[in-house]
Amino acid sequence: MNIPDNLSYTEDHEWIRIEGDTAFVGITDFAQGELGDIVYVEVETIGDEIEAGEIFGTVEAVKTVSDLFMPVSGEVLEFNDQIESNPEVVNSDPYGEGWLIKLKITNKGSKLLSPEEYKSLIGQ
Amino acid sequence: MDLKRIPLHEIHVGLGAKMVPFAGYEMPVRYSSDKEEHLAVRNGVGVFDVSHMGEFMVSGPKALETLQWISSNDLSKLTEGQAQYGYLPNDKGGVVDDFITYKMSDEEYMLVVNASNIEKDWTWISEQNKGATLKNISDDIVLLAVQGPKAKDTLQKLTKADLSAVKYYHFIEDQLAGKKMIISATGYTGAGGFELYIQKKDATAVWEAIFEAGAEYNILPIGLGARDTLRLEMGFCLYGNDIDDDTSPIAAGLGWVTKFTKDFVNAGQLKKEKEEGTEFKLVGLEIVDKGIPRHGYRIVDDESNIIGLITSGSISPVTNKGIALGYIKSGLHKPGTEVNIEIRNKNIKSKVVKTPFI
Repeated sequence: MNIPDNLSYTEDHEWIRIEGDTAFVGITDFAQGELGDIVYVEVETIGDEIEAGEIFGTVEAVKTVSDLFMPVSGEVLEFNDQIESNPEVVNSDPYGEGWLIKLKITNKGSKLLSPEEYKSLIGQ
Repeated sequence: MDLKRIPLHEIHVGLGAKMVPFAGYEMPVRYSSDKEEHLAVRNGVGVFDVSHMGEFMVSGPKALETLQWISSNDLSKLTEGQAQYGYLPNDKGGVVDDFITYKMSDEEYMLVVNASNIEKDWTWISEQNKGATLKNISDDIVLLAVQGPKAKDTLQKLTKADLSAVKYYHFIEDQLAGKKMIISATGYTGAGGFELYIQKKDATAVWEAIFEAGAEYNILPIGLGARDTLRLEMGFCLYGNDIDDDTSPIAAGLGWVTKFTKDFVNAGQLKKEKEEGTEFKLVGLEIVDKGIPRHGYRIVDDESNIIGLITSGSISPVTNKGIALGYIKSGLHKPGTEVNIEIRNKNIKSKVVKTPFI
């Protein structure tokens, strides 16, 4: 199971890479493995300010659908357009090309998990 | 509740299967990718271990009389070596289970039932029994479904029996990979192929022989995930989703296996439903715009009035369209009818279509 050291994680199996007051968000390797083939990601919240823990989109796999939650409070700046035509990149490269949104952080909160904490959450 | 393990559990784990609880068993839901496994069956060959399914033997001089009473279908014309799809009606308008009957001889039949219903079916059949001898052999049998356009070529290498001579919904008892088994030209995928009923002790050897024989066709193990999308593409009902204790089999489109040529459990009510029609009908639906329908989503008209309910839904790995089965008000059930499926509070344009979807 791939859990990069340079990211923070959430109990909803998302990762966040913070760069100053902006950040990139995606789902973890564990999450993509649980979901199976991802066929569609819907993010219709660009420009919205959303609280940590609230829904910013949904991810559809062949077998299931799952909501996507904001890891921190912030404004959704951008959706990764590449996923529109190539959703399988979320399976093949969840921490890189398969990022989902870029956001502007308004409140980081205190709920993010370290790589070690996330590892123990998923029993690794 | 403790989950039961199927006999080849360790083989699946060794192949990297993700095992999930299903009908009281730990079952392989996926080995690599749902799509890849789905397409392997559509285009080549794949093997499902569906040993969780139940098998009952019904035998003795009263076997046929009992089966004619409990089954919706008419077994009087069934010949030795032939199989037949049907369902067990309950006495209040619903369905106990759907199942396949295999006729071994005039006084011996095998019923293959859904794993989730083994105990319920056993109790029901025992109550309705007209004097047949019943035996539950579910734990002794490994059931491998070898499905796809290359299934026959794969299995033919392992047996002297002429598999081309085994017609759809027929079976033989013969040697394959050196083991005696039931070789049945049936399946739940619409891709063609065989289902093999194997003695538990022979299962590992047979599994290995099949994968060796199928290597040239890039044979893959297939999980329950792809099994569900394969059956959905064909519009086949899944018990627990599309039919259950409370759904009318007539509304579910099972009229073709409901034969009023003989008396059976609740025949009177079902005959009335068939003649008078049902309020809802199970239909195929396809998303016109983008989206994936799921079990429990509502079918609505343009004014957002509820006109039906999705019972199975997914994306077709073949067409990449959202497809579903659902109950819709009679009158709106005709192919081409434009409706909406409510997905996350939005009405997504959809239409009623004929099944199969591909």
